[in-house]
Amino acid sequence: MSDHDLGTSGRARWAARGTWIAVEALIPLLLLVAWGAWSATANSFYFPPLTDILSSFRTTWLFARFGSDVVPSLLRLFAGYAAAVVVGIPLGALLGLSPLALRTTRPVIEFVRSIPPSALIPFGIVVLGLGNAMKVFVIALACLFPVLLNTVDGVRGIDPVARETSRMYGIGAVDHVRGVVLPAATPRIAAGLRTSLALALTLTVITEMAASTNGIGYFILQAQRSFPIPEMWSGMLLLGLLGYLLNAGFALLERRLLAWHRGARGTG
Amino acid sequence: MSVPLLEVVRLSKTYDAGARTTTALGEVSFWVDRGEFLCIVGPSGCGKTTLLKCMAGLLRPSAGQVRLGQREVVRPPREMALVFQQYERSLYPWMTVRRNVRFPLKHRRLPRVEAGRLVEEAVEAVGLTEFIDHYPWQLSGGMQQRVALARALAYRPEILLMDEPFASVDAQTRAELEDLALRIRRDFGITVVFVTHDIDEAIYLGDRVIVLTPSPARVHEIVTIDLPEPRDQLTTKGAPRFIDLRARLYTAIARWRRPATSATPG
Repeated sequence: MSDHDLGTSGRARWAARGTWIAVEALIPLLLLVAWGAWSATANSFYFPPLTDILSSFRTTWLFARFGSDVVPSLLRLFAGYAAAVVVGIPLGALLGLSPLALRTTRPVIEFVRSIPPSALIPFGIVVLGLGNAMKVFVIALACLFPVLLNTVDGVRGIDPVARETSRMYGIGAVDHVRGVVLPAATPRIAAGLRTSLALALTLTVITEMAASTNGIGYFILQAQRSFPIPEMWSGMLLLGLLGYLLNAGFALLERRLLAWHRGARGTG
Repeated sequence: MSVPLLEVVRLSKTYDAGARTTTALGEVSFWVDRGEFLCIVGPSGCGKTTLLKCMAGLLRPSAGQVRLGQREVVRPPREMALVFQQYERSLYPWMTVRRNVRFPLKHRRLPRVEAGRLVEEAVEAVGLTEFIDHYPWQLSGGMQQRVALARALAYRPEILLMDEPFASVDAQTRAELEDLALRIRRDFGITVVFVTHDIDEAIYLGDRVIVLTPSPARVHEIVTIDLPEPRDQLTTKGAPRFIDLRARLYTAIARWRRPATSATPG
């Protein structure tokens, strides 16, 4: 790669980006229009007109129940997710660096990982009760494994030449792990973090449906049980939007942190 | 006679791979004088890289030893730096040129200004000052190898080990890098041990050239290169003495060249 093709002109890049956004928005827009047109005439109890759903969305989430339901859900989601990250990355690095530690713990990890996280809810309720502790625990446990296992793989996959370089220059274990091993593993770790983020949202909703007095999952279940079907739909719409925004935010962060990775692979 | 700077004494290395053992190095003995540019050539797969890694303290020999002055080398010594052939795997893509060069200095606890000066001097010596805040992957292959060289120089080693450093760049860049290696050796007054499979390169650069036999490697011949300094791509490589030496080394290596030798990592 020469140094000349680094900067394409900014305007051309923005134009290209605009085109891409239009291409991405095309199908969602078509779907919304088709849904709106069909539901307006369908006269179905289960599929209320899209306009009803949107007006219910506005009255419910902007912002009447934002503080009472959205905020608690997001707090649980991020608390569980953060716990998984704080435990998963250091533990994964440790297991990735020590073949012995990995061997001795792998059967337990594989066993616990195989249990569907939603099956942990009854256990969580028994041990931690019906409150936030149970929900955060279940979310954290579900999110832990993608982070942990991807970190292990990323750390184990370190290039032997990078390791020899560190040894040659007398770089100590701490600097080697912090300065070489973890940065080299970040693309893999990021993949785990992204998987866990989606899991966190799923488990937030499931735990709230199982036992809760507030939250988005609780609201959707209540709406279904007491038959305001547009409200139920508005909750689902909110979850879709939340998932989309979380992922987009993550992608933005990843773009910044892993700019070197895209550059080094020539995909920037 | 005084003790040589670096001495390789009856060094051998055997790899155990299950039932099969592979001898990479036979008994190899030679020494390196302070300030000299020593080239090691041999057919590909003969164990050159294994030899260099043993000298660097990255690999433990199966028998024999490497001596640095009065000490035996058992781990990479502070006095040595190594430039790997695979610059793109040895440089850190998440660090700029400046941070790559600076990283090995971190644990030396130098004052900030002093470390910064070492880094800038080394980057200037390889001619990359204007690229100091670029990332390695924004640079060409030849420039990346210059970064690796700068990193080695900033470390201020007495001995610079180089493992086929210019094998994966084009011919023009390679000639430039060869001249850079000669200039650096002169300006920094360091000792260089340079492994290559290219006979012309070894003669052009070296004060002496060690010719290894095919695997398991032994020292076949040590040739003193009595070409005048400073060396020059055109006049040196065109000199009758250069042609003589080249013929002599080619003959030495051709003697060992057997048909259908399988290629193993050099």
